[in-house]
Amino acid sequence: MTAIADLGIAFGRVAFVMLFILNMGGLLTWVERKQSAIMQDRIGANRASIFGFRLLGLFHPLADAIKMLTKEDFMPARADRFLFQLAPFVSVFFGLVAFAAIPFGDTLRLAGREIPLQAVTLDVGVLYVFAMLSLSIYGVMMAGWASGSNFAILGGQRAAALMISAEIAIGASIMGVIMWYGSLSLQTIVRGQGDLLLGWIPAWGILVQPLGFLLFVTAGIAATRRIPFDTPESESEIIGYFVEYSGMKFGMFAMADFLETVVIAGLTTTLFLGGWQVPWLYAEGFRFPWGAELALPHLLVVLLQVGAFTVKVSLMIFVMMLVRWTLPRFRYDQAMRLGWLGLFPLSVLNIVLTGAVLLLVGGPA
Amino acid sequence: MKLAQRLYLPEVVSGLVLTAGHFFRNMGAHVARALGRRDARGAVTIQYPEERRPYSPRLRSLHRLVRREDGSPRCVACMMCETVCPARCIYIVAAEHPNPDIEKVPARFDIDLGKCVFCGFCVEACPEDAIRMDTGILEFSSYSRGGMIYTKEMLLALEPATGDGRPTSPVPIPPDRRMPAP
Repeated sequence: MTAIADLGIAFGRVAFVMLFILNMGGLLTWVERKQSAIMQDRIGANRASIFGFRLLGLFHPLADAIKMLTKEDFMPARADRFLFQLAPFVSVFFGLVAFAAIPFGDTLRLAGREIPLQAVTLDVGVLYVFAMLSLSIYGVMMAGWASGSNFAILGGQRAAALMISAEIAIGASIMGVIMWYGSLSLQTIVRGQGDLLLGWIPAWGILVQPLGFLLFVTAGIAATRRIPFDTPESESEIIGYFVEYSGMKFGMFAMADFLETVVIAGLTTTLFLGGWQVPWLYAEGFRFPWGAELALPHLLVVLLQVGAFTVKVSLMIFVMMLVRWTLPRFRYDQAMRLGWLGLFPLSVLNIVLTGAVLLLVGGPA
Repeated sequence: MKLAQRLYLPEVVSGLVLTAGHFFRNMGAHVARALGRRDARGAVTIQYPEERRPYSPRLRSLHRLVRREDGSPRCVACMMCETVCPARCIYIVAAEHPNPDIEKVPARFDIDLGKCVFCGFCVEACPEDAIRMDTGILEFSSYSRGGMIYTKEMLLALEPATGDGRPTSPVPIPPDRRMPAP
């Protein structure tokens, strides 16, 4: 009986993360259309309807999926058949699994059990997420190489070069966070952000690591390969690694981009925006810095935490979309220069500064 | 460039502030509209088939033939419009009018809208004020060239547009405007 319950709980945790990221990813096609439209004084796609209900254009992702599933599945004659088929699946798979180590809530106590609200509890969660993010570039490179097209291989190589320069900056920029909270476990890092600075400011990563936050978000946007870092895609010059793809395989590459946006937003939230932390909310309820207290039932606290995580991720996605629809694309060499001569040295500087502060002032503990 | 521009980050932030300002202003207008404020507009979009931009009364749109009180065309088949037409898109066949006071009447009055350049010379040349271009109808299309030829009966049935250019008659559909068989 307990084995079945354990299995059910494990399944439920995975299902929650999967549904969260898949729905977010699907919703992002709608968000992208609508947010860009509202930013540009337009209305945005609103014509798809079911029985006359348009619902703010929410059926457009559905219409897109139907369109892509019914399109011709084209394969170039000179393509590497196996890798060409495999590439979009690799891209989407690693985008999906990367979210597994990101905690979406504190421990849930239910019927005498302690359920960690996280698909997998890993002590090296940070490394796992970065490993999965790095592996997702294999799908892109595979697609570029297997297409048998010069433009596709150019896009694949650009993606690889961009990913290397972005990954280094990502890895170096979160070193400060890891040093400050003293753990590679994402859950521990989030718990550490529940502390208070000066007795009333939540010690979120963005406050203790402002430079690290800036560098991480910049490098993270580069890792999603979207504007302003869409040199691998460059729809106006080379069209990029998926130039030979059609139908749902093309859609999977587009979806992988959105999934990575969600992953980067989730990671930013976890590392810098306090994850599931609600300011001054503790396991037994609110404890405000001015002395007031508000006891809350355990289930409500957990719900608030999961809700806070969702809101923060959505907010981060909004910011990333805002950047995507505001800035023009970096030229290829500019993106490289920014990665190697801008983000990376600054990340190293951030590490040195954090180390100096930890040494002179002392850490959070 | 100034240092602030070379650093790029301040420029990025000012750009983001601009676009975010547009987003939140428009979003506020959309919400106000949804809550019942009809004058709030969050977008410059005119949703065309349902909404139309008001047209000028001087707009030259689809022609119509003006009718007499008995419903017959006011046109006397003088051929002035056919002569002045630079695109040669008007084709008139004259016939006797039963009323001896009126000299002629068109038996056929075809306008090939595939050729028409909408110069309005026909309207200006007409001595009888029998042809006008005030229907406000702009959406005529066809799968064939023949379908662009509008006949006397179709042109006679049209009514003038309202003051702000809204058409009052439906778009006439020629009998041979059909999808050609594949």
